[in-house]
Amino acid sequence: MSAAEAGALSPLGLGLERFRANRTALLAAAVILLFVLAALSAPWIAPHDPADADLFRRLQPPAWLEGGEWGFPLGCDSLGRDILSRLLFGARVSLLVAAIVICIAAVIGTLAGLAAGYLRGWTDTLIGRLVDTLLGFPYLVFAIGLMAMMGPGLHNIILVLVYKEWVFSCRVVRGETLAAREQDYVEAARALGAGPGHIMLREILPNVLSPVLVVATFRMAYVIIMEASLSFLGLGVQPPTPSWGSMVADGRDFLVDAWWVSTLPGLAILMLVLAINLASQGLRDAFDPRLHSA
Amino acid sequence: MTASRLLERLFQTLPVLLGVSLIVFLMITLTPGDPVEIMLADSRATPEQAAVLRHDLGLDRPLPERFLIFLGRALTGDFGISFFHRRPVWDVLVERLPATIELTLAAILLALAVAIPLGVAAAVKRDTWMDRALSAISLFGVSLPGFWFGILLILLFAVQWGIFPVGGRTSFDLEVARITGFLLIDTLLAGRLDAFGAALRHLALPAITLGLPTAALLARVVRSAMAEVLTSDYVLFAEAKGLSRGRVLLRHALKNALIPVVTVAAIETGSLLGGNMIVETVFGWPGLGRLVVESIFARNYPLVQAAVLFYAVTYVVLNFVADLLYTGLNPKVRL
Amino acid sequence: MNPPLLSVRGLRTVFPTRRGPVVAADDVDLEIAEGEALGIVGESGSGKSVTFLSVLGLLRPPGRIEAGEILFAGRDLRRLPHAELRALRGRQMALAMQDALSALNPAFTIGTQVTETLLTHRIAPDMRAARAQAAALLTRVGIPAAAERLDDYPHQFSGGMRQRAMIAISLAARPRLLVADEPTTALDVTLRAQVLDLLDTLRREDGLALALITHDLAVVAERCPRVMVMYAGQVVESGPTEAVIARPRHPYTRGLLESLPRLEDPDRPLHPIPGQVPDLARLDPGCRFRNRCGMAIAECAAPVTLQPAGEGRLSRCIRAPEMAP
Repeated sequence: MSAAEAGALSPLGLGLERFRANRTALLAAAVILLFVLAALSAPWIAPHDPADADLFRRLQPPAWLEGGEWGFPLGCDSLGRDILSRLLFGARVSLLVAAIVICIAAVIGTLAGLAAGYLRGWTDTLIGRLVDTLLGFPYLVFAIGLMAMMGPGLHNIILVLVYKEWVFSCRVVRGETLAAREQDYVEAARALGAGPGHIMLREILPNVLSPVLVVATFRMAYVIIMEASLSFLGLGVQPPTPSWGSMVADGRDFLVDAWWVSTLPGLAILMLVLAINLASQGLRDAFDPRLHSA
Repeated sequence: MTASRLLERLFQTLPVLLGVSLIVFLMITLTPGDPVEIMLADSRATPEQAAVLRHDLGLDRPLPERFLIFLGRALTGDFGISFFHRRPVWDVLVERLPATIELTLAAILLALAVAIPLGVAAAVKRDTWMDRALSAISLFGVSLPGFWFGILLILLFAVQWGIFPVGGRTSFDLEVARITGFLLIDTLLAGRLDAFGAALRHLALPAITLGLPTAALLARVVRSAMAEVLTSDYVLFAEAKGLSRGRVLLRHALKNALIPVVTVAAIETGSLLGGNMIVETVFGWPGLGRLVVESIFARNYPLVQAAVLFYAVTYVVLNFVADLLYTGLNPKVRL
Repeated sequence: MNPPLLSVRGLRTVFPTRRGPVVAADDVDLEIAEGEALGIVGESGSGKSVTFLSVLGLLRPPGRIEAGEILFAGRDLRRLPHAELRALRGRQMALAMQDALSALNPAFTIGTQVTETLLTHRIAPDMRAARAQAAALLTRVGIPAAAERLDDYPHQFSGGMRQRAMIAISLAARPRLLVADEPTTALDVTLRAQVLDLLDTLRREDGLALALITHDLAVVAERCPRVMVMYAGQVVESGPTEAVIARPRHPYTRGLLESLPRLEDPDRPLHPIPGQVPDLARLDPGCRFRNRCGMAIAECAAPVTLQPAGEGRLSRCIRAPEMAP
């Protein structure tokens, strides 16, 4: 890419160009894409119904071990359900929760951050107090406490995580907005008589999108671990819907006889989270030159 | 730091504490389901008896008033009665606390012991294979789901190789009289080295599960703090004095680099208290975290409420302590 | 004349960067004798600091010395084992820095930072003696009630006191060579004179060799018998200070002089040098000053060497002979 072309690109486009030059990040993005595709096509590619129990296949080992067979490549759990199929369907839960939570949280956080940073005054105080209060809880304690009260389920997990998650994009956007407020383009818009709504959404918003994107991917890894942790404790998605966290929990009682039941879903979480962390590092390097060395 | 600044900082945490209490209060209050019905679920109480209980619990009063009552009681440590222990919630909390604190402290000390040398090494050998390997490992560490890591450790070190016990806090035949509640201290007070060893062996895996991901995070903080300090003029000046490399790194550089590290470590200790719930569940560790998880399924709401409030307040206080440490360790900031 | 205490020949220090290697010090020669003071003048980035960090063996990676010979008291510092070089550093050759606030470690008391040098080089046998010597050193640089202030942290000192304390630390082991990198820029006129007087005294009485790095030609004119002017990594002119200032033999030196106010003619218009220092990663072999030089001609694009220019002087300008006195 020549310098002239670079000059013609928007900050977003420039960032994407830099991201594409980062091989590790690209590989990570490919892994994420693989997970997404697997989740989307789970009903068609899964060899079995994830809820299909067969007690004759109870704790059947993966295909490459003695007693395994290729019809059930990763073996079966304590109810004789096919682990591969459950992993594929479990990916749907993890990714769905993460995507919805991150999107809603990003929208709320961005709007709140814009309002706090641009309007200042009591809006800022109010939002600031709320943010401080939510940050006053360790994340897991907050989530477990709320889930305990609201009861388990996909719907509630999403709500509980959104309650806290918006804080992170809010803080970033507020900071960026405070800085943008003093910029010439905002001053100019104000001088031309633009209202606060127009300035926030049309002038400032496009300039804070890159950091929001970086924060959102970075937080996504965390949200996936949170969902898995809640499901592990039995506070998450309820059976028979398979979730990676509850699959790990199911296998705990059979560690001695059937290590694969617990370890394989955990490995899936680790791979997905690692890929997201790598990709978000790549995004951060590409979009936020200030953070390059950090 | 002067007393007035200390007070000012303390004063700033008050709204947060108040907000945290409000949220905890609302968590319970806005929960669908009537606590009286839950409490009376197993008894054959008449509607009149239920009304009396409702009145006794203050549940028929307006919300703001109930919040004030809740706050007042919380300040005196009155969180009601734990349903299934049939004892005051506070007593049950205090009883379980030492096990959790012991585990948390072990984890954070382990994390620091691992993170500081690795972070320093990465900063000194910046942009070499060692630095890159370390950042890869630390990325791995922060991506590790804690509950799974614990199970993996059990699988390898307890089930497979039998080096460490599978769970619990000690062997049942090695119990000693409870004095402080901290088993490592109590066994030593009792002069039972065998029991001390057993306690230590039981502590190992949970502490590693909790501590290593934290070490990964702290190592990054150490590395970046150290890398920044190493480019400073005072490190150059210290080298120009002819001091040994070790003295320059470990005294001049590290003392300054540790300031942000200690701060982050204090905040992380607060997060670990929360992470305990998972690890204590995995390892059957008889601490507060496991009690909370059990209480959730037993619908023992007063205990859950008290514990969540306790965690949050501790977290806020640790953040405050982190702030104090930052100022206290940094002579430049000290006023 | 005695052999010089410090003699540098053909020093070439390179910093690899993403945009290619930057030669921060290019073929630098210099000599400083015992009791002598050499002024090194140039803008920031001219290579004056890098040259002396190379001498002291304090280059930050990835910077490294590619070629040259650094003789100190007859020993080649580049061939010296690390431990021996460290033993020389702080003991026989010391560094004083521009900004004491950043040069002093904020986390240690002044006393600790002075005694550290004394104890490391075994100049004081124990902490007691070291503290007594530290107090004496601080008193010598003009810090009042020094003994009581040993346990103060740097931030508790005033700016001037900090600067003098830092210089006291540099001089603690009575080094034979002091590299002073803009040591008095932060001080007011009185304190500056006081510190420079101290250095003059040490020069006369102890034979201290002084390398005074500065962008302030006035200080050099006053304190250093010899001067060396650096530009874009190269020495462009050197010689006796008086002659260089009176009759510069390089357009850059002349430019520097014209950009300074003069005491005897304060109303003289100042002429800052127009243009920018060339990008050190994109140099051609020609004269590096020619893009800013009023005397530049086509021949300036050819490589230029440092040539004798009379009166024991050297100049890196092909038109030096033509420069009017």
